[in-house]
Order: sequence, then structure tokens, then C-alpha cells
Amino acid sequence: MNIFAKILTKARSKWVGVALIALALIALPFALAAAGTAWVRIANLAILFAFLALGLNIVVGFAGLLDLGYIAFYGVGAYVYALLASPHFNLHLPFWVILPIGALVACVFGVLLGAPTLKLRGDYLAIVTLGFGEIVRIFLNNLSRPFNLTNGPQGISRIDPFSFGAFDFSRNETIAGLAFSGPIKYYYLLLALLLLAIVVNLRLQHSRIGRAWEAIREDEIAARAMGINTTRIKLLAFAMGASFGGVAGGMFAAIQGFISPESFVLVESVMVLSMVVLGGMGNVWGVVLGAVLLTFVPELLRDWVQPVQQSLFGKTIIEPEVIRMLLFGLALVLMMLFRPAGLLPSAIRKRELTKQK
Amino acid sequence: MDIFLQQIINGLTLGSVYAIVALGYTMVYGIIQLINFAHGELVMIGAMVAFSVINALAGTHLPPVLIVFIGILAAIPVCMLVGYAMERIAYRPLRSAPRLAPLITAIGISIILQHLALLVWSRNPLAFPQIIPFVTFPIGGAIISGVQIAIILTSVLMMGALTFMVYRTKLGIAMRATSQNPLVAGLMGIDIDRIISFTFIVGAALAAVAGVMVGTYYGIAHYGMGSLLGMKAFSAAVLGGIGNLAGAMLGGILLGIVEALGAGYIGDLTNNVFGSNYQDVFAFMVLIGVLVFRPSGLLGERVGDRA
Amino acid sequence: MNSLLLECAGLDKRFGGVLALAEVGFSINRGEIYGLIGPNGAGKTTLFNALTGIYSCDAGGFSFAGKPLAGLRPDQIAARGIARTFQNIRLFGNLSALDNVMIGRHVRTRAGVFGAILRTRATLAEEVAIERRALELLAYVGIAARANDVARQLPYGDQRRLEIARALATEPQLLALDEPAAGMNATETLELKKLLERVRADGTTILLIEHDMKLVMGLCDRVLVLDYGRKIAEGPPREVQRDPRVIAAYLGGAEGAASS
Repeated sequence: MNIFAKILTKARSKWVGVALIALALIALPFALAAAGTAWVRIANLAILFAFLALGLNIVVGFAGLLDLGYIAFYGVGAYVYALLASPHFNLHLPFWVILPIGALVACVFGVLLGAPTLKLRGDYLAIVTLGFGEIVRIFLNNLSRPFNLTNGPQGISRIDPFSFGAFDFSRNETIAGLAFSGPIKYYYLLLALLLLAIVVNLRLQHSRIGRAWEAIREDEIAARAMGINTTRIKLLAFAMGASFGGVAGGMFAAIQGFISPESFVLVESVMVLSMVVLGGMGNVWGVVLGAVLLTFVPELLRDWVQPVQQSLFGKTIIEPEVIRMLLFGLALVLMMLFRPAGLLPSAIRKRELTKQK
Repeated sequence: MDIFLQQIINGLTLGSVYAIVALGYTMVYGIIQLINFAHGELVMIGAMVAFSVINALAGTHLPPVLIVFIGILAAIPVCMLVGYAMERIAYRPLRSAPRLAPLITAIGISIILQHLALLVWSRNPLAFPQIIPFVTFPIGGAIISGVQIAIILTSVLMMGALTFMVYRTKLGIAMRATSQNPLVAGLMGIDIDRIISFTFIVGAALAAVAGVMVGTYYGIAHYGMGSLLGMKAFSAAVLGGIGNLAGAMLGGILLGIVEALGAGYIGDLTNNVFGSNYQDVFAFMVLIGVLVFRPSGLLGERVGDRA
Repeated sequence: MNSLLLECAGLDKRFGGVLALAEVGFSINRGEIYGLIGPNGAGKTTLFNALTGIYSCDAGGFSFAGKPLAGLRPDQIAARGIARTFQNIRLFGNLSALDNVMIGRHVRTRAGVFGAILRTRATLAEEVAIERRALELLAYVGIAARANDVARQLPYGDQRRLEIARALATEPQLLALDEPAAGMNATETLELKKLLERVRADGTTILLIEHDMKLVMGLCDRVLVLDYGRKIAEGPPREVQRDPRVIAAYLGGAEGAASS
């Protein structure tokens, strides 16, 4: 076989692989629907979390900044969507208008938090972002006065679903003989948005900005001496991550139809961080894998842990929610101890994280 | 009633608890430059263990003060053990890893401890039994309760004991040497691993007592009480200058007073637009403010990157 | 055009009570190779850090190409055209040699977030140019074959070369090298000498801290000698070498000077 034929077959087998994966992803919701619509909803949640985790990956994975208040940006995006598309203010803007606004508002929050704090050393940044996350939650909880902005702990309900004119993503319909339930329609939309997020992540990673992030992560002093304005480049990572969070928040609000400050607490930030760490900081595919695993595994456990406990002890001893949180905690600790670069490590991060200084 | 004086008293009480917890953060940070995010969970475990014991003994005819004392004595070794274990399992193997790694395990440990506590004690808070009569003393237009006096006195006592230990005992000198330069301290024959373990254990014991104090003050303890308290105490440590013992004490008390005054006056200051439900925001505002304008804290000398 | 490139006047730098640099003054002309020598602890690296904005000066300061550098951040100074290497090599250790040099191009390129996401034609062209220039520079310093190797796994001498290539990628007018020959054997040092001569011939002025006196004597047009943070001599290497104060500084005290 000559070399061209070899390259051709290699390229062809690659495309065959991509096509197979694409087909599988297209068929997946129908397979899941057979097991119950709940599983399609879980798949949607997994995609949503993957999107969210990709945003955090820019901050933690690419730039090496530990952000523990990331969920705040998600919350901001969710509230922007809820306020602009619900009976709360009687506003009903279309989603393609709101999502960019949500990204922008979250981005502004990111810059406001980042500008004064990014000069700090990494571990201080972690605690400041943690505090920031709490502040946002406290405000969401209390801004029902002086005028009712967030509706306080009750949250905002009856949020508009995504729709294109008359095409409503939450309604069931039959197209070409196939039954498309609301969640299935959402699945395709979310999948498309996730693919977009993956492309953005990959392109950023392999760009001038992505290299600058790598440089800062590796050696900030040398990066500065090479002419990189480290504060500005870190801020850029923060702002990009926040924008991702803002969009994901809007998606969340639309799918759920209801949001309250409860959804934006510290443990949610920890969850997203676990996804990034489990998959592999800095590796786009690893992060997606981490998000999918940490969404599905707890649900699978929920499905059989409870019945098993019921049959063994006659009552539920360990609540599924507790198992879920223990899984997140264990993922963080065990991964750092035994496989610090994650399930699918990025080659560079692997070298960094296994380095013994 | 003199609101100002009353808030100062309340602030002093909470502030001395913050100070005790902040000491744990600052000692660990001083010695291995790690923010031990799980330190707040030690406070929670201390409170939960003590409350379990106190509740179990509440029906007996032992004197109430003795019951509380037994509760504290039970909580301390449990917390010491947990503190020791967390260092051994989650932090020691990562001592030479990049800084991000132990921070991430610290977060993980915090989540794990919190939910293990949830398994053991359930979601329902433990209440402090009505065994100690609620006594108050008038003091210049305000009142101070017996519990408040006990908390402030205990804190002062512990701060004194800790200061004595760090500055007057051989172990304390070894601790300070290790925090200055672990490598050289090791060469001088100090067993670094032992000193670090010891630091965690002392911090955990302080956290246990702090847990009992704060639980007694509010009358309840529950599995999630550690994280917010921990964050505030860390803010206090940063305010005072992280790594600095006197700073942690000063920072804790200042933060307590700022919070109490803030909660007491924010309503009046903003025409009731913001209420005392914003109390928890003050600690973080202080934290961010300090880090931005004076990252070395009030008493700290060590600044910036160890480049 | 003025031939003066860098001017330093009345420079003081103190750490606590210690005066690390005291009233240091000198100037470097375009196209010169200017040596900075002195015993350990004389303040050479401190001077580098003050020059490149890592430290702020307590008095006096630098003026580069006619403009003062005071108050500029390290990245702004790099943008003005001063690039440096570090005494204890500071490469981006886990990245490839090529990536290291490509990062050096950062300050001379422009692509931002949107260019990267949209992959505009300008961004793609810039990326191609960055990589091409980086490969050229690797070849220029003689480690083209190492392009895809991880930086911290390179042999020591190659790491030093890579640091020079990375610095050159920022298109400096002044290249400041902190002990580039440290740890090199005689052959490597000779090659380094050739490389630096070529860099100068191609139009870049060089400021050099070096302990290898043979290299300094053979390479530098002028040298400045620091001792305890003070300038004790300046001039062509041959003259400075005979200066009794310099000999004393190196041999340690006045008796050393007398006995030589």
C-alpha cells in the first residue's frame, strides 16, 4: 500500500468513527426514552453540566485558577433568563436574545470579581471566589426587598421554555412518524450548544491566548518577563468562564421552568469542580466525560441503592443525595491522590501534576 | 437598652469563637501554606459529638457544668483523630505536588466529612438541652449572659495556653522553626512530619472547643454549620494576617464586632432596605477588602509570592 | 540616530535595611555587548530584576531608547524591547520547546479571544507566522531538532539556548542574559559565544551577567564591575581586569590586592 492510500484509509476510518458516534448521539434519546423520559431529562442535565464544566475548565484547567464560586455565574445567568422570560416582570424575550445577555451579565460579574482579586496568589483566589459565591446567593435570597427583583427564597416559576416562534421545545409532537417529546427536542438543542462549547474550548486552547494561559500556569514570573500581561490574561479566562456559566444558567432556567437560590449553593460549585477534576483538568474531552459520569452514576445508584436498602433493612439508610455528594468528595480526593491529571489527562497537565518539585 | 454596647458584647462573644477557629487555619497555613478548607468541619464534628454526649447525659443528675465539660472532653479526642487523619490521608501525600492539588483535596475532604456527619446525625439539628439556667447580668445598659461570659473566658484561656505553648515550649519552638523553613528545620533534627501532625491536632482540639461554644451560644448544632463558620474564621485569619497567631485572635474579634455592629445598624443605615439577613455578607466584604488593599493583613509581615 | 540604548542613573535598591544597589549608573550603546560582573551577591541579578520591572527602584532608574522605564510592569518592559533569561532557568517546563518560543511571540502578535474562536483569516495567518518564526528561532540557536521535546527534559545547555530563543522571540532591542554559560562545558561555551556574536551582528544589543571570565573577555566590548551593590569599575575588559579595586573585590579585601 502506498503512503497516500494509508493516509486515506486512516482519514476514512477516523470519519467513520465520527459518523458512528454522531449516529449514536442522535439515536441516544430514543433509546433512553424507552427506559423512561426521566433518563432523557438526565441526559439533558449531563449535557448542561458538561457545558458548565467546560466553562470552569477554562478557568481551572487552562489558566490554573481555582474558582470555588463558579456556580454564582451560573446563578446570574439563570436569573437573567428567568427575569426576562417569565410572568415575574411579564417579560417574554426569545431565548436567543436572552442567552447572550446572560453571558454578558455573567461576564461583567466575572470581571468585577476578577479585576481586584486576580493579582492575589492562587489559594487566596480560591477563598475569595468562595466568598463571592456566598454573597451572590445571599443577595438572590434577599433581593425581594426593597423591590421584588428575585422573589427571595421562593424563587421564580413558570419560566418560558426555549421556543422558535411557534416551535416550542417543551411540547411533545410527532415529526415524520417519530414521537419527539419535549426533553428529546431539548436534547438536540443542548447537544448543539455543547458542540459549540467544545469547539470554542478547543480553539481557545490552541490559540495565542490559550498559550498565554499555559505560560501563566507554568511560571507566572517568566510569563510576565515574556511580555504577557498576566492580570489581563487571567481576567480573560475568568470572563470567558463566567460567560459560559451565564449561558448554562439560562439553559438551566429554561429546562427546569423554575429556579430558586437553593440551586446555586457552594456544593454545586464543588460538583462542577469534581467534574473537571475527574475528567482531567485542561482536557476538553475529559471534562465532558467527567460531567457525564458524575451526572449519570449518581442517578444509576439512586435507581438501585434505594430499593436494595429497602429490601435489606426495610428503610433508606443512605439517601441518594448523600451518596451523590460523597461521590463528588471522593472524586476530588481520590483523583488528586492517585490520578491527579484525571481520567483523560491532557498531556501537559499530566506532566505538571505528576511533577515532584 | 444600649444597642451599641449590646452589639459589642454579642460581637465579642462570636468574635472569640471566630478567633479560636481562625487560630487553626492560621497555624496550618503558617506551617504548610495550605488553606485547610475542611477545618470548619472539625468545628461541626466537635459540636455534634459534644451535643450527642450532652444530650445523653442530660437525663442524669450530674451537675450541668460537668455535663458540658464531659461533652467537650469527648469532642476533643474525636476531632484530634479526624484532624490527624485528614492530614495523613489527604494532605501529606501531596506535600510536594503543585499547590492546586491539596486545595482540591481539602474541598473534597470538607464535602465528605459534612455528608458523613449527615449520615451519622441525620439532617435534623441537635438541640442543646435546657440544663443550664439562662442567667443574665446587666452591664451599663446592656445585658451579658452567663454563656457569653463562659465563651469569652474560655477563649481567652485557650489563647493564653496556645501562646504559651508556641512561644515557651520546645514543641512550639519546633513549630515556629518549621514554619520559617521546613527544610532547614529538618536538617536541625526536627521531625517535620511529627510537627505538622501536631499542628493539625492542636488546631483540631481548638476547633472542637469552638464547636461546643458556638453550638451552646446558638442552642443548636447541625451537619452544615461548619462551612460558613469556617469561611468566616478564615476571613478573620486573613484580616489579622495569615500565619500570625496574634493576628488570628485580633482578626477574629474584630470580625465578630464588625458583623454584630453591621447586623445591628444596617437596617437603620439603609432605611430598612437591607436587613440583618445580610449579616453573613460582612465577613466576605471584609475578606475581599483586606485581600485587595492589605493582603498581608493587620499584623502580617509575609506578603506576596514565594517566587 | 542616537547610539545610546539604555541608561541607568543613580539606581538604589534596598531590601529592609540592606542597600543591595547603591547609586549605580552606566549606559549601553546600541550594538554593544556589555558585561556585568562581580562577586556573588554583588547585586547583578538584583539589577536585572530592577531593569525588567520585577523590583521597583528606591531611587534613580533606567531610561531605554530615550524613555524612562519607571513604573512599568515586566510585561510592558518586554513590550518596550527588553527580553531576559534567568539565572536559574525558568522555562515553561512541561511545554514543548516549540511552544516555549511560540509563547515568546505573544507580545508581538495580536489575536484575541474572538479571533481564536472564529478562526478568522488574520488569526490563522498569524498562527502560521508565529510557528514559522518559532521554528526559525529554534534553528537559529541550534536546537531545531528538539522542537517537539518537552522543555524540562532537554539537556542543560539546550535549555539555556531555548531560553535565549524564547527571549529573542519577543524581538528585543536589548537581550539581557543572566549567566547563560553557567553549567556549560568548554565546547558549549564556545558555541554560545558564536551564537551571541551572531545575535549582536543581527542587530540586538546584549547585556550579559557572566562568571566565565574567558567568555566575558572574549565577548564584551565593555564591562561594569559591581561589588556590594556599588559600581567599582567600568571600561574595556582588558583595562578592568588590571584595576586593583576589581582584583581586590575578587580576591577578597585589600590584602589580596596587595599580594597580587
